[in-house]
Amino acid sequence: MAEEERDRKLVIFAWSGDLDKVWPQLILATTGAAMGMQTTVFFTFWGLFPLLKNDKEHGRARRLTGENWMQKMLSSMNRGGTDHLKLSKMNFAGMGPRMMGKLAEDHKMASPTALMEMAREMGVHLVPCQMTMDLMGLAREDLIEGLDDPAGAASALLEAQDAITLFI
Amino acid sequence: MSTTVAQTLDLKGLSCPLPIVKTAMAIKALQSGELLEALATDPGSVPDFAAWCRSTGNELVEQTTDDGVFRFVIRKR
Repeated sequence: MAEEERDRKLVIFAWSGDLDKVWPQLILATTGAAMGMQTTVFFTFWGLFPLLKNDKEHGRARRLTGENWMQKMLSSMNRGGTDHLKLSKMNFAGMGPRMMGKLAEDHKMASPTALMEMAREMGVHLVPCQMTMDLMGLAREDLIEGLDDPAGAASALLEAQDAITLFI
Repeated sequence: MSTTVAQTLDLKGLSCPLPIVKTAMAIKALQSGELLEALATDPGSVPDFAAWCRSTGNELVEQTTDDGVFRFVIRKR
């Protein structure tokens, strides 16, 4: 029996919004889907911010999300989307990610933005965490299209019960 | 079963995970038993194509290397 016939699932808990974590989240998610695994990424806490629409999709240089000043302040310091992710180390005020982006381009690695698009195309379930959305004051229309409905920890753990799980 | 290649994918220069992701997307368009040829230059694609075939049940019919280009012939299950 081919291994595909087993009910194989991959669930990734995407907790970090750093470039060097978002990249493996999306590389593993697209590869999981390519391998025929039913793949779900549950985006929570800092990991939720890459699901925000990129600024250029709004036709604005920079936008703030949130309903009150605390959420807006958080948004001003933590830019959403996949176009401007920071490195968890060696960020050097943005120089690190730019160098990493250049290296990735030279090596024809897909950008996080391209991988997010591929994940949606391949039917990866992208689930925003409802609690994080509430906490950060994010509305459904702040997030990109093609996501599953927001869900909570119980839904995520139920999905993870018979799956390979990764916390990144 | 077909012995001629139905489609050739040029994956040269691409890095992980693109060779596998693009192969998985392309093979969907093929009929069962048809052959897909993939050409890659990422050395990691050698173990990765073997793993992907094992995982998906598609058959790796042939794997050759010519001047830094890895060639994979895969029969769709």
